[in-house]
Amino acid sequence: MTNTAKTPVTKADAGAGRRSFFAAIIGFIIGLVPLASGLVVFLSPLRRKGRSAEFVPIATLDVVPDDGLPHRFPVIQAREDAWNRYPPAPIGAVYLVRPPGSGVPIAFTATCPHAGCFIGYRVGDEKFQCPCHTSAFQFDGLRIGGNQSVAPRDMDRLDVEVRQTTAESGLSLDKVFVKFQRFQTGRHEKTPLA
Amino acid sequence: MKQLLDWIGNRTGAGDLLRAGLYENIPGGARWRYVWGSTLVLTFFTQLITGMFLWMAYSPSTQTAWESVYYIEHQMQGGSLLRGIHHFTASAMVVLLALHLMQVVIDGAYRAPREFNFWIGLILMLLVLGLALTGYLLPWDQKGFWATSVATNLTGLAPGGEAVRQLAIGGTNYGHHTLTRFFALHAGLLPALLMFFLVLHLALFRRHGITAHRAKDRAAATLWPDQALKDGVACLAVLAVVVGLALWQKAELGAPADPASPYAAARPEWYFLFLFQMLKHFTGAQEFIGAIFIPALVVLVLFLMPLVGRWRLGHRFNAAFLLTLFGAAGFLTYQALHEDYYATWHNVEESQLAGDEKAIQRHRDRLAASRDFLSARHEARLEAERAIALAGSPRKIPPTGALSMLRADIKAQGRRLFRDHCTQCHAFSGTDTNRNMYVARPSASNLYGFATRQWIAGLLDPQRIDGDHYFGLTAHKDGEMVEWVKENIGEVDEEDRAGVMAEVELVAAALSAQAKLKVQAEQDQRDAEKIAQGEALLKDDFACIECHRFGGEGEREGPDLTGYGSWEWLVAFISSPEHERFYPETNDRMPSFAEHLDQPQRNTLTQEQIGILADWLRSEW
Repeated sequence: MTNTAKTPVTKADAGAGRRSFFAAIIGFIIGLVPLASGLVVFLSPLRRKGRSAEFVPIATLDVVPDDGLPHRFPVIQAREDAWNRYPPAPIGAVYLVRPPGSGVPIAFTATCPHAGCFIGYRVGDEKFQCPCHTSAFQFDGLRIGGNQSVAPRDMDRLDVEVRQTTAESGLSLDKVFVKFQRFQTGRHEKTPLA
Repeated sequence: MKQLLDWIGNRTGAGDLLRAGLYENIPGGARWRYVWGSTLVLTFFTQLITGMFLWMAYSPSTQTAWESVYYIEHQMQGGSLLRGIHHFTASAMVVLLALHLMQVVIDGAYRAPREFNFWIGLILMLLVLGLALTGYLLPWDQKGFWATSVATNLTGLAPGGEAVRQLAIGGTNYGHHTLTRFFALHAGLLPALLMFFLVLHLALFRRHGITAHRAKDRAAATLWPDQALKDGVACLAVLAVVVGLALWQKAELGAPADPASPYAAARPEWYFLFLFQMLKHFTGAQEFIGAIFIPALVVLVLFLMPLVGRWRLGHRFNAAFLLTLFGAAGFLTYQALHEDYYATWHNVEESQLAGDEKAIQRHRDRLAASRDFLSARHEARLEAERAIALAGSPRKIPPTGALSMLRADIKAQGRRLFRDHCTQCHAFSGTDTNRNMYVARPSASNLYGFATRQWIAGLLDPQRIDGDHYFGLTAHKDGEMVEWVKENIGEVDEEDRAGVMAEVELVAAALSAQAKLKVQAEQDQRDAEKIAQGEALLKDDFACIECHRFGGEGEREGPDLTGYGSWEWLVAFISSPEHERFYPETNDRMPSFAEHLDQPQRNTLTQEQIGILADWLRSEW
C-alpha cells in the first residue's frame, strides 16, 4: 500500500484498474453490512411460525336456537402480540347458524372473503351483508349472485365440534367449540393463514 | 445500458456530478490522514440504515419501550447484531469525530476560506452528541433512565433552562411524552438537521477542496481510485471493529426503568463520563459552572478558532487548547473509572495501609463509594437478567409492562425489598456468590438460607452462634441462647461429643422442617422419622421449651418455635418482632414493619410486600 502511495499516481496508472476494483468491492461491502443486518431483522416475520388454530369454546348449545338464523358470538381467547401476552379477551367473531332439527351449528367467520371487512347481520335481515363492497351471502354462506358477486368465494366455514363439558357444579352442558382461524382474502381458494 | 445512462445523464447531469466527485483533484495525492471525514460519513449512514430498521420494531412509550427493545435484542432473529451495530457505531462516531476535529485543527484546515465549513462541522458535532444523548434513553432501562434524568435536570440550571427541561421531557415528570419527544428528536429532527448540515459541509468541502498536507512533495492525484481505496479500507476497519464489538459484547439492556428504585450506578455513556466526573468538582451553587458555563465556554472557544487562528500564535493556541481539552477529558474519564472501580483495583486490607490518618480515611471513603457502585451494578445486572428471563417465559410480558411484571416477581422484588429495608443491618451472603448482597456495615444475623438445616446447625454451633453470622453483632451476643449453646453443646465430654452432635443434627432437621421450605421439601419428606426424633429431643433432652413455645407447650422467653421460618411466622415476625410470640422484652433494634393492623397507611411495608419478602427469604419462586 505505502509503496504505491509514494509513487506519483495518475488516472492512467497501470495499477489503477486493480485499485478501482478493490475500492468498488469495499464500497459494496461497507454498504451491504448495515443493510443486510437490518434486512435480516426486517424479514424475520416471514420466518416466524404462527400458532396453529385451536378449538375455542364459543357458547353452550342451548343459546343457539335451531331457527336457521345467524347468531353472532365473540371469540374469546388469550392472545400473544410480540412481547405481550394478553389475558383472554375477544379477538374476533363468528356466526353460528343451526338449521332446524340439527344438533350441530354451522360456523362462519365474520371476516369477508373478499377484502376482510366485518360481515354484518341484523336481526330481521334476510342475508349477510358486507358493509364494504356489496358482497352478500345467504344464511348457508353461499354468495348471492354466485360468480357475479365481488366476493371470490362463499363465506368461510369453520370447523365445529359440540363437546360435553362438566361445570364445577357437576352440571353437564353441551358446548360449541369452533376452530377459529383466518384465511387469505381475495382468492378463489380458501387458504388458512398460519 | 450505456444509452440509458447517457439519456439520464443528459437530462440530470448525474454523470457529471459523479465524475466531478470521483475525479476531484487531490494535491499531493492520496493520504491516510484524509480518511476521517469519509469514515464519519460511513458511520452516519450506518446509523441511518440500522436506525431505520430498529425504528420498525421500536415502540416509544413507558410500557412498551423496554419491552420492544427486549424483543429486538432477545427474540427477533438478527436483532441483537442490528442493535449492537447501532450502539457501537454511536461510540465509533464520537471517537472519529474527535479524530476528525483534531486533524482539522492541527492542519489548520479552519483557516480562510474554510471558516464556515469549520463552523458547520462543529454544528454537526453537537448534533451527533445530541443524537447520542437522546438515543441513550430510548431503551427505557434503569441506566438510560437515570443517566438521562441527570442530564435533563442539569439543563434546568441554565437561565430559562427549566422551561427547556419541561419541553424536552414533555412535562414535569418523565413519562410517555418523554419517550415520544426523545424519539422524535433522535429519529426525526436531529438526523434531518444532520443531513442538511452534512450536505452543506460536503458542498463547501468540494468548493474549497482538500486541505493538502505537504502537497509539494508529491504529484497530485484524483480521488478515485487511490484516495477512495484508502477511505474504503479505513471504513472497512471501522465497520469490522463495530461488528466485532456487536458480536462479542452486545449492546447492554438493563432492567426496566423504575422511577421508584434509585440506581446508584447511573452513569452516562463513556464519552460523556468526563462531564459527569467534572461535576463532582463543583459544589453546591457552583454546579452551574461545571454543568453549563464550562461546556458552553469550550464550545465558544471552538467556534472562535478560525478567528483566533488568524494571529501568528493563534493557531498554536488552538492546537494546544484542543489537545489540552482532549487530555483533560481523558484524565477526567480515567478519574471517573478509577473512582467507580476503586474497590476492584485497590482492594487492600486496612492493616496493609501505610500513611497518615487522612490518607487512610480517603481510602476508606473511596472504597465505600466504589463498593456501592459495584454492588448497584451487580444488583442491576441480576434484575436485568431476571426481567429478561421472565419476559422470555411462556407467560411473556403482561400488557401493563415489564415493570409491573418485575414488581410482582418474588425473586426480583423480594431481593429489592430486602436490599432497601433489611441490609441496613442484616448481611446476606453464602455459597451462591451470585445471590450475595453487598452490605456496608452488617450489624445483625446473616439471613442467607434462613431456617434451612445448615443455617440452624450454625446457630446451634457453639463456635459460631456468637460469631458475626448469627448473634455476634447484636445484643444477643451475651444472651441466654448463646450461653445455653456454649454450655450444653460446647462443653460436653469428649466421649459424649459424637452422640450430642448427632442429636443437634436431628434437632436442626426438626426445627428446619417447621419452615416447610420448598427447597427442602424432598429432604424433609425423606427424613420424616429423624424429624420426629428431633422434635422429641427439642421438647425433652434439649428442653428448648423451657424458654420457647413449641407446638402449644413451653415458655415465652424466646421466640416461638412453632412454624419457625414458615411463611406465616416470617410475615408475623417482620410485621412486629416485639409481638409476644417473638421478642416482647429482648428485641434488639429490629423495627416493626407493619405494626398497625388497623391503620395500614402507618406501616412501613404493606402486607403484600412483607409476603413477597417472606417468600423471597424462603426462595419460593
